[in-house]
Amino acid sequence: MADLEKDLHTEHMVINMGPSHPVTHGTVKFLVTLDGENIVDMKVDIGYLHRGFEKMCENGTWQQVIPYTDRLNYVSPLINNVGYALAVEKLIGIEVPERCQYLRVIASELSRISDHLTNVAAGGLELGAFTAFLYFVEARELVWDLIEMLCGARVTVNYVRIGGLKNDLPQGFQDKTRAVFKEVRRLWSDVDKLLTKNRVFIDRVRDVGDISAEEAIAYGFTGPCLRACGVPYDVRKAQPYLVYDRMDFEIPIGETGDNFDKYLVRMEEIQQSMKIVEQALSRLPDGPINLDLPQYRMQPKEDIYHRIDSLIFHFKTVIDGIKPPPGEVYLAVEGTNGELGFYLVSDGSGKPYKCRVRPPCFALTAAMPRLMKGRLIADIVPTFDMINMIGGECDR
Amino acid sequence: MSEQQTQAWLDELCAALPAGALLGRESFRGQHSLLVDPGLLVSVMKLLKDRGGFRYLADLTALDRLPREPRFLLVYHLWNHAERRLIRVKTEARGEPPTVLSVTALWTTANWHERECYDLFGVEFRGHPDLRRILTADGWVGHPLRKDYPTMGPPEVQNWVPPRYAPPAPAATPAGDEGAAS
Repeated sequence: MADLEKDLHTEHMVINMGPSHPVTHGTVKFLVTLDGENIVDMKVDIGYLHRGFEKMCENGTWQQVIPYTDRLNYVSPLINNVGYALAVEKLIGIEVPERCQYLRVIASELSRISDHLTNVAAGGLELGAFTAFLYFVEARELVWDLIEMLCGARVTVNYVRIGGLKNDLPQGFQDKTRAVFKEVRRLWSDVDKLLTKNRVFIDRVRDVGDISAEEAIAYGFTGPCLRACGVPYDVRKAQPYLVYDRMDFEIPIGETGDNFDKYLVRMEEIQQSMKIVEQALSRLPDGPINLDLPQYRMQPKEDIYHRIDSLIFHFKTVIDGIKPPPGEVYLAVEGTNGELGFYLVSDGSGKPYKCRVRPPCFALTAAMPRLMKGRLIADIVPTFDMINMIGGECDR
Repeated sequence: MSEQQTQAWLDELCAALPAGALLGRESFRGQHSLLVDPGLLVSVMKLLKDRGGFRYLADLTALDRLPREPRFLLVYHLWNHAERRLIRVKTEARGEPPTVLSVTALWTTANWHERECYDLFGVEFRGHPDLRRILTADGWVGHPLRKDYPTMGPPEVQNWVPPRYAPPAPAATPAGDEGAAS
């Protein structure tokens, strides 16, 4: 009897998840200390995708940074483009024409839809809901068709320019959007039926990864993860940029901050984003999309070929780069995972003196050990999915 | 918010700071920066957080001002959710290696931001619980975002491989073989 009462001789086991593991969408390593299936301790190791974004930016001109921003959050590159361009414009002290502002809103929201679709799809896939994955990837494909129509590329878009855009809306974009959104809404309601009241899905996500609002703010949470805790902080409403203050949309919030709330917030944001795109398209004003300031925004190609002053400005902006006045700005936009901030410092030359990105998922990933301690190893899967860490953005 | 209201609010905020803490004030494009004394950084931050309502540390980074001395400027961006205000706090990192006080006790998120700053700029944070490299590989040499760090890396790291993948050192040639090769 005495032998039976003795503890089994057990010891903690340390396992590596990652850097290349189906759960880790990006490249990230978890060092998990386990007691049976319970997580005793967890360390997160990032940096596998670090490629020196800031250092590269400091070596190029201000315009040359835009393609690099595509590679930050590669699931919603348009928002990174817009955020960077807005920050440089604020540094210079210029504002783009109204039509351009509407088009940037449309571009950002299309990106947000595609990012949330991807996130929910991947979340479903990892928990075994393969059908939901297929439905949402189909929807994302349709949204990507729109993005491709708009800027000619699907992932690395390089669409926004400082002081304007690469091109105007293509013909037939409005009709195509209407058709795509009809289809996306149909697929959305299918996935909603498949997941939102699905017992298997709910058991895996509810009450997992919950965090209080106070703690979430201390951890630097923003975006859907913070809103799931009940804090209605959305950069689009809190510090309105572009024409978001003229749009009619709501910020969905959750209560407990668990994975189910994060899922619901994202699902609702897909709907709200489609609403914003439709409003922006219906109110789209006519007019130019580029600023008429040749020292910051290149003139049209015909002018460069046929007018000497345009040619000179073109040469100067390409060789020396545009020259914002010395100063510093911090500008945040609402990325899909939260506040995407750009802190730019100019010394008056053609190259950024500093181009710092505040990636939203950096702060979120840092909270993984806090969310996971004391839970089961299987809970890592939905929690890490709802954190939606994007390697390109987190590691820069 | 009008410009006057913002100025009044800023004056009030500055007046509430501990004596001697504020070294300078700057405004550019509607954003306001405070330069504070590095020795009083934590008490200023605590005051901003508890009384000023800046509960969210949006960003923390360093600025390399080579060749100015002190070289590194730490830049903090704080956000107040209730009043919707942003403030930028700056402080100098003095000494060699450049050191500042850690604010991890006030904002948990500062932990990783400070690690990143240490990794890329070589700024040390006194009071940080776990100051290790975060983005570059283990065993990396130097701090890549310093202005005097070459973009392709210093010569000794241009062909750098992680220690465990490093080729084994060539075996010492036996003494008798020296003339054989020629």
